[in-house]
Amino acid sequence: MPNVPLIIARQLGMSYGDASPILKHVELSVARGEFVSIVGPSGCGKSTLLRLVAGLREPTVGQLTIADAAPGRSQTKAAFVFQEPNLLPWRTVTGNIRLPLELDGSHTILGKSASDELIEQAIRRIGLLPGDAAKRPAELSGGMRMRVSLARALVTDPQIMLLDEPFAALDDILRQQLNEELQRLWWNKRWTGLFVTHNVSEAVFLSQRVLVMSRAPGTILETIDIPFDFPRSPELRAAPEFASLTGVISAHLRRAAGISESATSTRIAEGTA
Amino acid sequence: MKTASSESTSARLLRTVGPPLLLLIVFLGFWQFCVWWFDLKPFLVPGPLRVASAAVASFGKLAAATRVSAAAALSGFAASLVTGVVIAFFFSQSRLIRVSCYPYAIFLQTVPIVAIAPLIINWFGFGFRSTVIISFIISLFPIITSTTTGMTSVDPELLDLFRLNQASRWQIWLKLRLPNAVPHLITGARTSSGLSVVGALVGEYFAGFGVNDYGLGFLIGRNTSQMRTDELFAAVIASTLLGITIFGTVSMAGAFVLNRWYNSR
Repeated sequence: MPNVPLIIARQLGMSYGDASPILKHVELSVARGEFVSIVGPSGCGKSTLLRLVAGLREPTVGQLTIADAAPGRSQTKAAFVFQEPNLLPWRTVTGNIRLPLELDGSHTILGKSASDELIEQAIRRIGLLPGDAAKRPAELSGGMRMRVSLARALVTDPQIMLLDEPFAALDDILRQQLNEELQRLWWNKRWTGLFVTHNVSEAVFLSQRVLVMSRAPGTILETIDIPFDFPRSPELRAAPEFASLTGVISAHLRRAAGISESATSTRIAEGTA
Repeated sequence: MKTASSESTSARLLRTVGPPLLLLIVFLGFWQFCVWWFDLKPFLVPGPLRVASAAVASFGKLAAATRVSAAAALSGFAASLVTGVVIAFFFSQSRLIRVSCYPYAIFLQTVPIVAIAPLIINWFGFGFRSTVIISFIISLFPIITSTTTGMTSVDPELLDLFRLNQASRWQIWLKLRLPNAVPHLITGARTSSGLSVVGALVGEYFAGFGVNDYGLGFLIGRNTSQMRTDELFAAVIASTLLGITIFGTVSMAGAFVLNRWYNSR
């Protein structure tokens, strides 16, 4: 994969009104087709950074470009997956997945049969059964709803996928399963992925690089390369190298959150005494 | 299996309908007993048997009046439904519009309808048209407030999703704000449907008269002035049944929509 930068942030800053800044001096470069995870303490501006990349918010300071254009003006198609599936309850699974095609006019341009084919492909790709297509969100489990949310994001064949803690509300087994499926989807299509998470293990499993952000105002403190080859198998999680890397990132994260190692050790010792 | 299910349905129905029905029978018995015991004059408080016999005797008149009142209430309700959604559409477009226009919408809710009824008669004359307008005015406010709430209380992340996909303002309204407002609209419509009957009856009391074409409100006014208290009671009961029918129909339609498209009641 050639290392061509697609998303570039220079001295990026963001604040709402006169409030203290959420992001400050963010330097970021994500190559085309790269999968990067962002971890950091709560409220450090990870989600805000994703929204800036999506063009949903304007940075107050600095420069952000996607394929050399401002996010709102870039021709690069971006899709967003939120922490909540955010499906429209009055639409079926098919209707929800079709939504982006309707909004950007693709449904009209492609015609019904071609867009139906895209929807079917998306349903197959994310592991839903054809029988689920006519169901409404209330009839689906939490994991299935998140799959539909992923299918809705993938149906437009985006070049950038912005994922804001999409699996945070799911149990650990389902989270691992969806991590594996997300990895497969990325490996097959090689869109550029920016993935926000609080789960270090998830970040290590999915990513080529993990960025650790500081407390607010958030900035990128550390960049850790993840050296494991793709496609990664579930067994990787049990490898000592995986545990070691997870430990390193967790240590960075604790420092970023302002928790010293000695304080943690003292508390653990007091607890066991 | 089927028998067990139908048994449980009838048992549930009995549990729901039984207690209020029993209470009604007890109440009617108590009422008849009081009329007999205290020897109450029929022009003051007629007994339920007398009311029933008056209802049977004037059934044709009552049925015709109920039809007229139902037409007025349904016309006022339909007009408030359409107008309320249109006004809510404008209210949902900007906060400035909402802040500017809301006090005047509250006027609809707070103005005593009996105070403006003579004014409406001055403008639109006696008869069905004024009755519909009064019913419309009284039932409009709940539609405006509930639909506006539904259109403006959209999940910000869904708005982000629509904007990310270059949705136009019209698409946001049609595919997000309007369907999001439907459960709220149904709540407002249930309140409005009951109010529309009240409005129609008040309207008819003041403005609705005709030789052969009058509603229950007019009938109530005429029976009151002629001291036909048994017929007055029959007209009141017919009005109540009309209100329950319209409210029940709107509630059932709303429940069907919620169950069919929103998977909730």
